[in-house]
Amino acid sequence: MTPDDLRAALDLTPQAEEWLSSARAQVADDPARLAVLFPAAGRKVGRGALESLPGWTADDAARALLLDALPRPRAAAASRAYTEGDNAEKRAVLRALPLLGLGDEGLPLVRDALRTNDTRLVAAAMGPYAAAHLDEEGWRHGVLKCVFVGVPLAAVAGLADRADAELARMLGDFAKEREAAGRVVPDDVHLVLTLVDQES
Amino acid sequence: MRIFDPHIHMTSRTTDDYEAMYAAGVRALVEPAFWLGQPRTGVRSFLDYFDSLVGWEPFRAAQFGIRHHCTIALNPKEANDPRCVDVLDELPRYLEKDGVVAVGEVGYDSMTKEEDEAFTRQLDLAKEHELPIMVHTPHRDKAAGTRRTLDVVRESGIAPGMVVVDHLNEMTVRMVVESGSWAAFSIYPDTKMDEDRMVRILQEFGTDRMLVNSAADWGRSDPLKTRKTGDAMLAAGFSADDVDKVLWRNPVEFYGQSGRLDLSDLKTDETFEGNSVLRGVRKDA
Repeated sequence: MTPDDLRAALDLTPQAEEWLSSARAQVADDPARLAVLFPAAGRKVGRGALESLPGWTADDAARALLLDALPRPRAAAASRAYTEGDNAEKRAVLRALPLLGLGDEGLPLVRDALRTNDTRLVAAAMGPYAAAHLDEEGWRHGVLKCVFVGVPLAAVAGLADRADAELARMLGDFAKEREAAGRVVPDDVHLVLTLVDQES
Repeated sequence: MRIFDPHIHMTSRTTDDYEAMYAAGVRALVEPAFWLGQPRTGVRSFLDYFDSLVGWEPFRAAQFGIRHHCTIALNPKEANDPRCVDVLDELPRYLEKDGVVAVGEVGYDSMTKEEDEAFTRQLDLAKEHELPIMVHTPHRDKAAGTRRTLDVVRESGIAPGMVVVDHLNEMTVRMVVESGSWAAFSIYPDTKMDEDRMVRILQEFGTDRMLVNSAADWGRSDPLKTRKTGDAMLAAGFSADDVDKVLWRNPVEFYGQSGRLDLSDLKTDETFEGNSVLRGVRKDA
């Protein structure tokens, strides 16, 4: 995934296209402009799902492109966009993390999102950036949190690569607890248990 | 009956309330920023509260099939506390958020110089950000406070139709109606206004530019007062269309002036044709 992929997937009206180009130029010139432009993105380019990029919406993609326009180093400005954002803005920052070249500097945002109970943020936090940067303990707890709050594990990037025996133990215990209570165990739990079983 | 509660403080309410509101027909609401009973001691407390109005609370409401929007402002009571006033500098970035459909609650509590300053500054912010404004009227010395409110609004040059003046009663409704601003009524168990008095006001003044809210919060209040007012209107001979106008189309029209109302994909019992329902609703939602 690159900024060019996002740009190509966005099917914008000429008016929205012009807004996005102008907004990117403004942000490149003066990062403080992000405070006004970032929240407006959904109103300007729409919020529909992008057909060619499953899981992405127009507002997420436009916001990711605004962050991409920030001059480097951009960690402080991206963190601020997250901290000061509403939950749609926060989700967009999380989605954009793999594109921004932040090294580990985006991890506090991922950890913040994993502490929330908003399923959209939890799902966005467990994308490719978390798969590449989050430490083992944090990543396993992220997966467990997804199962716990009902986020489908299809949202978790790198699941097959990173799932390990300890994650299987945690999910196995979770399944036992649910069964003991007479509650449903999400199918995703068995999926991970099978994955780990096949590896060992 | 589909209901839009134009003023309710859901932060103070439980999930039982959300369920009961949905069952009664509430599908959308606006939560104005106000004080929390316990005075705040600094700007950060406001920011956490505002963040929850554009973050956690809309998510919570959505779990119960209810669309949540909010208004943002420094409230009149805390405008008197020098530790809080600097929050005015933080308002512009909130006034750009999708879920923010007005500046409010502003206005007077005790009609001090500090309240005057905060009020006029926030009227200017509403104009800058092209947002409607929600004005609280004082509980004490209400008629004088409402008159002064209308004077300040007039001097500000803001269009009267962009202003709603709230918590009205028999003594204050006429001056607001005559000013061209919207008149709002908070239906409470035993104080501000009740459903039968509300019906009499609607009989006398009509249903144009009238808003009915529960203003339910952390005090003794009832989030189903909107529904109860709708029932009282029907019992008094108002038509279902009158009720729909007061409890749904009027708040949609008023807050729709922000261009930010998102009422897409809402499940309501009734569908209505005609542009008035969609006016001001986000085109791209």
